[in-house]
Formats: sequence, structure tokens, C-alpha cells
Amino acid sequence: MSGHTGEHADPAVAFESAKLGVWTFLATEVLLFGALFTAYTVFRMQYPEMFRVEHAKLDRVLGAVNTVVLITSSLMVVLGVDAIKRGKARLLEACFGATILLAAAFLCVKYVEYAAKFHHGIYPRTNIFFSIYFMLTGLHGVHVLLGMGLLSYVIVLSRRGRLSADYFTPAEMSGLYWHFVDLVWIYLFPLLYLIG
Amino acid sequence: MAHGTGNPRRTGIAVFVALLLLTVVTVLVSYVDLGLWNAVVALLIASVKASLVALFFMHLKGENRLVWGFALVPIAFLALIVFGTLVDTMLR
Amino acid sequence: MPVETESGNGRGYLTERGWRSWAFTLDHKRIGAMYLWSTIVFFLIGGVFALLLRLELLSPQAKYFSNHTYNVFFTLHGSMMIFLFIIPAIPSGLGNFFVPLHIGARDVAFPRLNLASYWVFAAGFLVIIGSLVAPMDTGWTFYTPYSAKSAAAVTTLSLGIFLIGMSSILTGLNFLVTIHKMRAPGMTWHRLPLFIWGMYATSIIQVVATPVVGVTFLLLAAERLLGVGFFDPSKGGDPVLFQHFFWFYSHPVVYVMILPAMGIVSEVIPVFSRKPIFGYDAIAYSSLAIAFIGFLVWGHHMFTSGMSPLANAIFSFLTFFVAVPTAVKVFNWIATLYKGSITFESPMLYALTFIFLFIVGGLTGPFLGALATNVQLHDTYFVVAHFHYTMMGGTVMGFFAGLHYWFPKMTGKMLNEKVARAAWALVFVGFNVTFFTMFIHVENVISTIGSAVLAAGILLMCWNFLQGLRKGAPAPANPWRALTLEWKAASPPDTENFHEIPVVTEWPYGYGTPKA
Repeated sequence: MSGHTGEHADPAVAFESAKLGVWTFLATEVLLFGALFTAYTVFRMQYPEMFRVEHAKLDRVLGAVNTVVLITSSLMVVLGVDAIKRGKARLLEACFGATILLAAAFLCVKYVEYAAKFHHGIYPRTNIFFSIYFMLTGLHGVHVLLGMGLLSYVIVLSRRGRLSADYFTPAEMSGLYWHFVDLVWIYLFPLLYLIG
Repeated sequence: MAHGTGNPRRTGIAVFVALLLLTVVTVLVSYVDLGLWNAVVALLIASVKASLVALFFMHLKGENRLVWGFALVPIAFLALIVFGTLVDTMLR
Repeated sequence: MPVETESGNGRGYLTERGWRSWAFTLDHKRIGAMYLWSTIVFFLIGGVFALLLRLELLSPQAKYFSNHTYNVFFTLHGSMMIFLFIIPAIPSGLGNFFVPLHIGARDVAFPRLNLASYWVFAAGFLVIIGSLVAPMDTGWTFYTPYSAKSAAAVTTLSLGIFLIGMSSILTGLNFLVTIHKMRAPGMTWHRLPLFIWGMYATSIIQVVATPVVGVTFLLLAAERLLGVGFFDPSKGGDPVLFQHFFWFYSHPVVYVMILPAMGIVSEVIPVFSRKPIFGYDAIAYSSLAIAFIGFLVWGHHMFTSGMSPLANAIFSFLTFFVAVPTAVKVFNWIATLYKGSITFESPMLYALTFIFLFIVGGLTGPFLGALATNVQLHDTYFVVAHFHYTMMGGTVMGFFAGLHYWFPKMTGKMLNEKVARAAWALVFVGFNVTFFTMFIHVENVISTIGSAVLAAGILLMCWNFLQGLRKGAPAPANPWRALTLEWKAASPPDTENFHEIPVVTEWPYGYGTPKA
């Protein structure tokens, strides 16, 4: 994600460019999930009763746990980025490590949920509600997984001594991505689990 | 980039606590039957949480207009695809 | 101009040899060149499919191919032309080469991302080629329910198109940040070449619209693989929802196709009229307006699909507005030509052709945008003629103009002008004979004959390019005496583009003065 470093004689410009780049990428993600949110809205309007009945089959408590897990993981990222801005590479690695563990916990909970659904014979093809549920949470889960990879890469960079108080762009940019993943879930949770 | 005032860690933790509280609220409200208002309240709370994440965790607060533009314009297009599709599907 | 023209060592960015210097390059010019070679090859292959279609259409009785094969040919013609040629050719090909040069930068904001965009594109086309084991017969629009059930390798193709889309997004993302952050000192927004305004507007569309079609193909694959039923009425889904998602991208994408070409026309017309461009601000802003309005009209592809009457009315009403900023450009180009000192080198021939053919194509738009006439014209050759006039008569002619205009800069060689003009004549005549007849539903035979002439012209043009590459006369840095920054660099430019980053003090359209 860093530019052609010879290109940006001015690191501030390089940082601002990277930031704009990440926000542009997040814009594409808004539209990516946006199409699925559109499908959700269309079908919710069309089948309100079916949505009410089916959504009750989701475990609100597990959904809430996952929400707390992700919010905490975002806090860890905030603390990690703050750490490297103060030159504390080891603290960054610890915080991002915690984030990755929390992300793994999120995916474990999702695994438990999916397994329970399959066990009860509920699959993506079962009905429109569950098609939407599996596609939305599935796509989100893929983003969680990719985020774990990204954060791991930042930890590797830090262990190699490449990050410091003067250069923390990869940490900050990965952080932006991770908060976005959290943000999507902040909407997914009520839309799928809470609204009757 | 620097947060001129205040301790960024303290702000982060404060926002975290707010997010946790809002999560508790939204879950509790969902057990109460408010009819259509359940959806409104849930989405409102979600939007507050999302704003907190965007403004504080993602540092939008204090960014220049260009970054704000990149952040907000996609939301306008999201509204466009949702409403444009609904104008058809809901009124057939 | 305060910036001195540079002389190069004759080979510039092409100096380093070996496949690794291309495969792992971070040089935007090489990446642009790779995109150009790839997209031109796909253009020719897509063209071959078109010729096969025209062969079958020679007579109502002709049965060279089975019905299924014919369906495959028009699906492949459309899909290849759209996804593998016309969307990437100008933005990722000429755009990659010239955006940094135009703004006085050494490269784009994210050179490694740029290389990645090419490799993702390559992965995409390899996957698409892989899908030929069970080729598509769905039409390039892949409408459900048929695409969800067809025996063709739709899932594989969906992955391929997803990758092509990702490549497009990465290119757009790179240009947005590049144009915002890497302009040379003194290069204010109002001193930007109009090609850059066009590329900027294009990049916005690529970033916002492409993800939607990505998800659409993901959902199509999910329908086939997981039995998900968003688009399947038997599962409570809605096939028209597929169309909404598909066209939310596929309408704006036609502006991805046309805006860069319009940018090229805005560059070429002033140079070969020796006159400043008329209405720079209007042309600049009209690019943004076209991009914006283009997002509001996607339903006009769906008037006969059973949308609500209100949706039909709104989309039809909004459709007419896109003509306004488009017309602004046309009027400004014509005003630029007026009382200009016009010469007819090959870039100018193609640019003028663009204006003429795009007007024809554009004027047939309102017939399609009006609900009452659309019902009659939808799914007829009128539509085929409309989009070929705008996409081929427009974008492709703009692309050819750009290739001829920038050939000396990219290669350091001059083209044979006589052959270029002869090829142009064949292309112009062939194109009109092929496609005008479709508006009036005249003899397919005439159209097929036209397509043969068009093909001959294109082949002659390609032969001319190859000859120019091998034996063209050495090109000076600025053969057209143009004022945009790429002409300050050597022909071909050095890897670093400029010895020193230029400081810009003037608007690049001051033609017709003693200095230019």
C-alpha cells in the first residue's frame, strides 16, 4: 500500500495519498455490500411475514456476542495504531495480535451458528431470508478473514523493524479497513438478528 | 494527523464504552414489540454506532473536505441504488 | 511554454529488454502498453466473432452454424468486446500511459497496485478463456433465469468477469488519487488537460459502479452453486432484480467507455485546428455531469421487463438529461473548429469521425429513452445500431484517434500517413454501410458487405501500426506541435518521464498564437 517511495519526496503526501486510496477502496466496499443490502430491502418489503418468522431462528445472543467481539477488536486496532505512532512497535504487535484473535473468535462463533443451521437443515437455498443471511454474513466473513491476513502482514512488517513513529502508514491503513469491517457488521446485526 | 487535544487512547476507550452501551440498548429494545418502530430504532442506533466508528476510530473527525467527500459520496450512491430499485419493486 | 522539450536516447522506457522487465515493471508506460496490446488482440478476436455473425446473416436460409453456435458467437462477441476491450482499452491502456505525463508526474500514485491491476486483468481473461470449454449462449447481459440454468460455464465466466471488474476498480482508484495528489507544481485543476477531466470522471464511475456488477455475478454464481434464489421466481426471487443490479453498473459503464474517448477528442481537435479549445470549463464540468447523470438512468434498459409505471416514467424522464452535457461537448468542439486552421492528419480524421458518428448514435438515444417508442424498438436492430454508433462510432474511433495521435510519443516512430488515411476511409465507409442499414432494417446482405470493408480497414490500420513499429521514421518529441506536457518528454519518454518535474504556468490550449 505504500507508493513508489522515490516518487513521494514528501512522506506527508505519500501518507495522504495512501489514505485517499484506502477511502476509495472502502467506497467500492460500500457499493459491494450495498447491492446485497438492496436485495435485503427489496425482499424484506416483499415478504415481511417470512422475514419475521425466519429471523427469529437466528440466535440474538450469539449475534450480540459477535458484535461485542468486533467492537473490541476495533478498539485493539485503535490502541495498536496509537502505539506505533508513539514508536512502540511491540505494543502495536500485541494489540494487532489481540485483534486477530478476536477476529478468529468472531469466525468461530459464525462457524457455530452456521453449523447449527445446517444441522437443522437450513441452507442458503432454504428460503430467501436465509439466502440473504448466508450471502451477507458469508461475504462479511470473507472480509474478516482477509482482514486477519492484512493485520498479520502489518505485524510481520513491525517485527522486521519497518514501522516507527515516522512511518506507520500500513498500520493506519489496515486499521481503516478493519474499522470498516466492523462498521458493516454494525448494520448487519440489527438488520438480520434484531428487526422483526 | 496528531490529535491536538486530549489523549487519543482515552477517546478511543470512551467511544468503545459508548459502542458497548449502545449495543446493549439495541439488543434490549429488540425484545420489546414496537411494531414498525423496532426497525427505525435499531437502524438509528446502528447509525449512531457507525458514526462513532467513522468519526473517531477512522479519524474522520479532523479530516479535510476531500476525505469527507470520498467517505460520503458512496453513501449517496448506496441510497440511489436502494431507492431506485424500490421505486420499481414496491410499486408494481 | 517554460518547459523545455527533452531529447531521449531513442528508446527511452523501452530500453530495458527481457520478459521480466515487462512482467514485473512498475512503469506506468509499460503497464499501459501491455494493456494496449491485450485489448487490441481481444478487439480483433471479438471482431472475428462479429464477422461470423454477419456471415450467418447473409441470408435467411444460411445455416453455416447451429442456433446454439450463433448464440455463442454473439455472446462472445458482446462479452469480449465489452469486458476485454472497450472498458479497459482507453482508461487502462492510453490512460495508464498518459495520465502521469499529462499532469507532470513520474508515475501513478500506486505503481505496484497498477501492475497488480494488469495481472488481475490477465487472470480474468485467462479464466474467461477457460470458460470456453462450455461457451456462453446467454447473451452478454446474462439475464436470469436462463443464465442460472444454462449448461454453459457461467460460474467460471462469473469469476472471470469479477476479476476484470477488480482490475477496472484498481485502475480507477489509482487515477483518482493520482490526479488529486500528484499534479506538477502549478498544475491547477483548470490547467489540466481535458483528457484528465475525462479520466477523472471515468474513474469515479469505475469505483462506484463496478462493485455492483461484481456482486451481481457473485450472486449468479451463488444461484448456480448454492441454489440461492434471489433471481428465481420459483424460490420467491425476482429476475428483474438481476436486471437492476446488472444495469446499475452497465449503464454507467457506457460512460466509462465514452468519457475517455471524448477526452481524446478534446485533445486532438484544438491541435489540428490550431485554435484554443472553446469552452474549457464547460467541457470539463460536462464530464462530471455525464458521470453523475449516467447513474440515474439504468432502468431505461428495462422498460419492457415489467417495472412499475412510476419507475418507467422516472427513468425515462431522467434519461433525456444526459443529452445535455453531451451536447455541450459537441457544441464546444464545433465552436473550436469554427474558423480554425484545420488539417486532416489521421488523428484528426478519427476525431472528426467520432463527432459525426457519435451525434448519429446519440440522436437515436431519445427514441429509445421515450417509453412509447422503446416498446417498439427494444430488442430490435435499432438498439444494436444505436450502441454500435455510440460505442464503435464513438469510443472506438476515439481510441483510434488516440492511437494515431500518440503513436509517435509511445513508440518514437512516425506512422505512414497515406496508409493511415486509406485505412480510415475504409473504416468510415465500412462502418456506416454496416450499421446505418440496421436503423432502417434494410438488407442484411448490405450490412455484411459493409462489415467486410470495415474489417479490411481495421486490418490495414493494424498492419500500418506494425509497419510503423518496425520501420517508421524516427519521431520528434512534438510532431503535432501540441502544448500538453507529454509532448515535452522525449519520444519515447524515458522511464522517469521528465528529467525535471515541470513547473506549469500556462493553460495547455493556447494554440493559434505566435508561440504555438
